[in-house]
Amino acid sequence: MSDWVEACAAGDIDEEDVIRFDHAGRTFAIYRSPDDEYFATDGLCTHEKVHLADGLVMDDIIECPKHNGRFNYKTGDARGAPVCVNLKTYPVKIDAGKVLIQIG
Amino acid sequence: MVIIGAGECGGRAALAIRDLGYDGPVTLVGDEPHPPYERPPLSKDAMTGEAPSIKAIATDALFAERAIRHIHSVRAVAIDRVAHTVQLSDGSSLPYDKLLLATGSVPRQLPMPGLGSRCVYLRTFSDALAIRAHLSAGNRVAIIGGGFIGLELAASARKLGAAVTVIEAQPRILMRGVPAEIADIIHKAHEAEGVSIRTGQGLAAIADDGNEVAITLTDGQKIDADLAVIGIGAVPVTALAAETGLAIDNGIAVDEHLRTADPDVFAAGDCCSFPLAIYGGRRVRLEAWRNAQEQGALAARNMLDADEAHAAVPWFWSDQYGLTLQIAGLSDEGKSIVRRDLDDGAFILFHLAEDGRLVAASGIGPGNAVARDIRLAEMLIAKRAKPAPEALGSQAVKLKSLLAA
Ligand SMILES: Cc1cc2nc3c(=O)[nH]c(=O)nc-3n(C[C@H](O)[C@H](O)[C@H](O)COP(=O)(O)OP(=O)(O)OC[C@H]3O[C@@H](n4cnc5c(N)ncnc54)[C@H](O)[C@@H]3O)c2cc1C
Ligand code: FES
Repeated sequence: MSDWVEACAAGDIDEEDVIRFDHAGRTFAIYRSPDDEYFATDGLCTHEKVHLADGLVMDDIIECPKHNGRFNYKTGDARGAPVCVNLKTYPVKIDAGKVLIQIG
Repeated sequence: MVIIGAGECGGRAALAIRDLGYDGPVTLVGDEPHPPYERPPLSKDAMTGEAPSIKAIATDALFAERAIRHIHSVRAVAIDRVAHTVQLSDGSSLPYDKLLLATGSVPRQLPMPGLGSRCVYLRTFSDALAIRAHLSAGNRVAIIGGGFIGLELAASARKLGAAVTVIEAQPRILMRGVPAEIADIIHKAHEAEGVSIRTGQGLAAIADDGNEVAITLTDGQKIDADLAVIGIGAVPVTALAAETGLAIDNGIAVDEHLRTADPDVFAAGDCCSFPLAIYGGRRVRLEAWRNAQEQGALAARNMLDADEAHAAVPWFWSDQYGLTLQIAGLSDEGKSIVRRDLDDGAFILFHLAEDGRLVAASGIGPGNAVARDIRLAEMLIAKRAKPAPEALGSQAVKLKSLLAA
């Protein structure tokens, strides 16, 4: 349950950006917010299973690259059509310059 | 609140009216037997997936929970604007305070004799099921019209192993709204997948005996097919509006608030033409999924007296094989083009007006390679920005940085 997995180095993600992280057959999206905090969600959009890491981060919103569905990546909340199912989020911590995420 | 047409636009509008807190009666009337569903998958995944299924915008359960009455399989047949009522095909009548027409569009009919049961169109889920039944390996499919729906269907048919011929009367595919450079990439992708594309070819004759379609092209070539799918564009559904005396101008004519000349009647989505603010009020009609969503939501706000003007930038996408095309803005507004190459062969064409303003961006590439930059371009277009062409053309310059400027 409390597995912390190293996803990347803190510097691998630009501010207000996102990268994809694949681990043990699953895929995640790791975000760095404009105010330099890190977050993690499931990697695939809840509309059509598209990788969110190709999308655009604006403030605390990730916009899906496929049809512009929006989520708040800090909370996972779906923010408008066509997405209606929330994204799962995961705890993140920074340790010695590494981004660690806790996958349940 | 009454909405006619339970498609993308009508369905979204009904939900939006509730989201906005309106607690009076909301009725959505649609002539299809299904809850509102997404049409884009009909030429894509719904065709190639194992069992075609509906991608619903809202289920009956959600409508029940939101107290939205969805009357399905029933047509609105007349509007009485004086009495404020809508007459339905089941003989009943619905009173309204505000009415939204979201009647969409239907495939343009091919005006030729000789069409029969093997000559079909694609608009609805039942159309898709009927087509799907003929797309098995070894079957021959002729697609009349090299537009988006025809080409997406061609890609799906190839995936299922059918032999595909696309017939296009214009000198190239995707003449409308797609730059030649991008149409060329799509053309080559189809040929590489084994589709035969005949451009510059009109139809001399069609004979459909219910089992086979024999097509003769203007140059005399003959094509035999088990199924002919006709995809030569769409026409807006405007009869109801016309009969009640509302103006039609390539669609139900509405103002920037999506209101007709009758302050209680609105129209939105594929069925309406409206002034596009970013191009100085040029009147357009869009056949695009996001537009249907956005206009459904905007109409809902204005039915509840928001008095908000339409401001969005048109946006469209298409998927064929592994390629995705995305277009923001209307490229025919541009006078010159700047190309930006991205990774994996993807590229974006930026369309600039005479005064340097960015008016549109068209991109193509594998997967979602162009998505982020097209989205940023859309924001630059909305800002009426005049980015330096050198910056647009260089992958090293992040578009996000231009947005902040
Ligand atoms: C096969 C296909 C693929 C597509 N792919 C894409 C794509 O990749 N990208 C993109 O941007 N767009 C795409 N589109 C376009 C997009 O689906 C449409 O723009 C969108 O559906 C328009 O929504 P609408 O609600 O305005 O109209 P519609 O979805 O057509 O809905 C209108 C509804 O109103 C009903 N109706 C009409 N008159 C009456 C009446 N008198 N009484 C009761 N009901 C009535 C109709 O039966 C219909 O159900 C595609 C369309 C099709 C058909
Ligand atoms: S796949 Fe993400 S919005 Fe459609």
